[in-house]
Amino acid sequence: MAENELAEPKTSNANAISRRDVIKSVIAAGAVSSTSYLFRVSKVWGQASAPGAVDRLITLNVNGQQRRVDVMKQETLVMTLRYKLGLTGTKIGCDQAECGACTVLIDDVPYYSCSVFTHTVRDKKIQTIEGLAKPDGTLHPVQQGVIDQQGFQCAFCMSGFVMATVGYLKTNPNPTRAELAHGISGNLCRCQDYDKILTAMMRGAENLRKA
Amino acid sequence: MPNVTPPKKYNLIGKNYTTGDLYAKVTGKAKYAEDYRADGMLFCKLALSPMPHARVRSIDASAALAMPGVKAILTADDLPAPANSITDNGTVILANPRGYQALTNEPLFQGQPILAVAAIDELTAAEAIEKIKINLEPLPFVVDPLVSLRPGGPNARTDGNAWVRLPPPPPKPGERPPVTPPDLQTVKWTNEDFEDAKSGRLPMGKATEEWHVGDIDAGFKNAALVLDETFVTPNTSHQCLETRTTMAYWQNGKVFVHTGTQSTAQTVPAIARWLGIDQSNVVFISEYTGGGFGSKITGDITLVIPALLSKKVGAPVMMRITREEENYIGRARPSLHGRMKVGFSKEGRITALDMFVICDNGPYDMVGDAFSSGRIVSVLYQPMAMRWRGLTILTNTPPRTSQSSPGGMQGIAIMEPVLAKAARKLGVDQVALRRINAPEGKAPFGPLVAGKQQYATSAFVKEALDRGAEQFKWNERKVNTGKRVGSKVRGVGVSVSSYSGGTIGFDGLFVIKPDGRIYIQSGVGNLGTESWTDVHRVVAELMGVPWDKCDITWGNTSKNLPWTCPSGGSQTTHAMTRAASAVATDAIKKLQEIAAKDLGGKPEDYVVANQRVARKGGGAGLTLAQAAQRAIQLGGKYDGHELPSDINKFTTVSATALAGQGLLAVAKDNYPHDGNTFSFVATFAEVEADVETGQYKILDFLAYADVGTVLHPNALGGQILGRSILGIGHTLGQKWVYDQHYGLPVSKRFHHTKPPTILDIPDKMAWGAVEIPDPETPIGARGIGEPPVGGGCAAIMNALSDALGDEIFRRAPITADVILASLEAGKPMQDPLRANI
Repeated sequence: MAENELAEPKTSNANAISRRDVIKSVIAAGAVSSTSYLFRVSKVWGQASAPGAVDRLITLNVNGQQRRVDVMKQETLVMTLRYKLGLTGTKIGCDQAECGACTVLIDDVPYYSCSVFTHTVRDKKIQTIEGLAKPDGTLHPVQQGVIDQQGFQCAFCMSGFVMATVGYLKTNPNPTRAELAHGISGNLCRCQDYDKILTAMMRGAENLRKA
Repeated sequence: MPNVTPPKKYNLIGKNYTTGDLYAKVTGKAKYAEDYRADGMLFCKLALSPMPHARVRSIDASAALAMPGVKAILTADDLPAPANSITDNGTVILANPRGYQALTNEPLFQGQPILAVAAIDELTAAEAIEKIKINLEPLPFVVDPLVSLRPGGPNARTDGNAWVRLPPPPPKPGERPPVTPPDLQTVKWTNEDFEDAKSGRLPMGKATEEWHVGDIDAGFKNAALVLDETFVTPNTSHQCLETRTTMAYWQNGKVFVHTGTQSTAQTVPAIARWLGIDQSNVVFISEYTGGGFGSKITGDITLVIPALLSKKVGAPVMMRITREEENYIGRARPSLHGRMKVGFSKEGRITALDMFVICDNGPYDMVGDAFSSGRIVSVLYQPMAMRWRGLTILTNTPPRTSQSSPGGMQGIAIMEPVLAKAARKLGVDQVALRRINAPEGKAPFGPLVAGKQQYATSAFVKEALDRGAEQFKWNERKVNTGKRVGSKVRGVGVSVSSYSGGTIGFDGLFVIKPDGRIYIQSGVGNLGTESWTDVHRVVAELMGVPWDKCDITWGNTSKNLPWTCPSGGSQTTHAMTRAASAVATDAIKKLQEIAAKDLGGKPEDYVVANQRVARKGGGAGLTLAQAAQRAIQLGGKYDGHELPSDINKFTTVSATALAGQGLLAVAKDNYPHDGNTFSFVATFAEVEADVETGQYKILDFLAYADVGTVLHPNALGGQILGRSILGIGHTLGQKWVYDQHYGLPVSKRFHHTKPPTILDIPDKMAWGAVEIPDPETPIGARGIGEPPVGGGCAAIMNALSDALGDEIFRRAPITADVILASLEAGKPMQDPLRANI
């Protein structure tokens, strides 16, 4: 059964599971209860996984790790990331490709993950905000740019902006302010903190060139 | 770094630092409401009204409830009755029976939630909603306040169309008079009243509210120039990037709520009131909020839907609000129809001002934008005589609430184009005209209260104008504007803006523990302004403690937070630096007393510095760690077992829970405060318009603020420029569009009424601060969230009229098609009065 195949907790973000879940899963001598929790909420965006239904268990490469996940055919990548893989750093601002809060990199190219079907990215490398810093906690140079300049206000748009910038800088590592603004203009900040965001992202570009 | 020179006496205040929430934000670890999960969590979906006004005849949910996985339905019948609230000083605010509720049996706007369904997943909930049969009786509706005022015009509610504030009833002996809800009346004007509409001028029938100061007739008689202009501002949604998504569950009789808020502590009594429970049974968690702008001051009443569903089914419920739903329930700034008759002396001084506004209130609770617009115009332009008249008219459109600079932004947007035109007609420099009318010192404003006008605590607008004009090189730039080069023409604009900048009377609370660290409790919401941490820098500053020795607890009301101001209306910086100052003073006094007890002498022989309390001029002392240990031994007031009687009950509960852990400092802000606190900004912009395409671009921008002492330059800059751009959105293109025939909105998502993007701003924007401390508050700091909004909006409009002349626009926003059509016709081609076009 798909539920049992999902039983292994993989590398899911501990933040996504409450302490009680972890304790329960340990008590249950296996990860079944904890993952059944994940599995059940996975139905948020689709039908129940009825017995005999087509198996939708696929493998995604997310932040350098192979993640096995059960997806509906109409499921979008942002829902998979947030509700199945526990990667809630990617935000949903509009769910219709208007705001860019859900931007992730797919094979180094920024995409609105609200508008990408998960099953279309099976063979691709997906990177989210959680995958930018090094395992030892060292921030990506663009993230460090935010710290250096106190970039962003409420920061609900931040992961999208940072991912869009990281993606853009791969094609143009030394942009002018105007070029970078154009490169990340598919992202909305409702706090309208654009001037400070752009300064932070330019600082990030500088950090990246020095790195 | 902008022009901020912190006074030398401060080590932390006025300096940049990295806020304690930034690492979590930039790594994706920060948790907003939708990022929480709970065991057995269900999801809910809403059924929205398809009609702008209807009555629910019946609901048949049998097919939905029979579906596997559907757990419960919630309708308006399940909601607690609206409850009264009580302010800090004991004043009872009587519930408005016509106030907005989370669900309704009489939807008053298209998109209003009627019921909600909880199910094991969102798709099941959505399918269940589809299966519910709601039988609606259509009722008359109106989406334009002027249409409602016409003779025989429809009313938005069956029992009226205008909110009218009534004087409070006489108080009972020994009691404060309750605050009563406004009265709903029916106001219709005559056909004669509407005569002016034929020429595009705002008709001015009988107003429901009015005040005046001075003799406006004499002022107009003595004027060298009198202008009489009509202007309409747009309805604009708040459009927080985080919708008002909520997750709620119950444990041991307490409700746990995860949702966005602007004000952590203040949201607890709101939740208790909305759910009809005691506030001791509310645990509210909101460490991060994705924007508020006035729409989440104490969270949002919609949060009761998942909370009540959760209670019904005994499981956590997540309610994800979609972008389109947010458009309906996420609140909006009301449009004002305004007419300004202004008399000027030949130098440009305003001799008389006659202001008339109609506020498009939506169908629910009365917003104060009409009244505020008059108050702000009064303080900002200091007219020698002024009359204000207003009406607040109900329409069947989404409910309004305060949006950054509520009323102030609209008043300034209506007033500033008149000033720009007057300066051109009089041949007076634009900056000079603002300067001659600028408030100064204890500037008077507003209607007479007990025979006298109120006044500001301080105002340094002239300094902001002077320094801003110098930095912007105003005198050089203004020379070559208005001249066409090819299809391009440039213009420069200046505006002044203001809003209230702070309240008083809240509490501070922290504990110095035996590890020598200071544990500061913050009840301020974290919506991105960073005031949740910035205000507490005052504690470290006054205690002489390094910032890295301070820990702040915030965003969870089970963690013993103090009573704190609502973060709205630019209150927090002012209110909570006062509270921080008071509580630091309390800690210093307790440390001195402990040192005197242990080491002899009098308390005043000791000073607190370098993480010690020690004799002046060197000698015996205690470290903060030792003093904290002694405070626990001494007990009583020192470790919080005795508390001051004047602190708020909310703080008392928190302080009681923290007692015995170290030296407990707790105090209410009782500092004197003479006047009303306002902040100000002088805004400068240069634009370039293309007369062949109608498009225009902002080339340069400077906002120069008078906010007193600067706490945190980077955060202040974010607020000044961020709120400026929010205001600029009203000029560039943001508005609602409604189908008047069917009463249905056309603009429902970002791309229908898009906030400015990063491409709409100039390459580099600039800001500055006058940095003259406000004399009526200990640290001298005032708030800044509101004033830049009107400043940004008006500076761009004024730059446009400088480039293109006075016959281009008569309402906002000003889009390319407006410019092209008006240039061709030689007169403004916008419909002058119709709402939501």
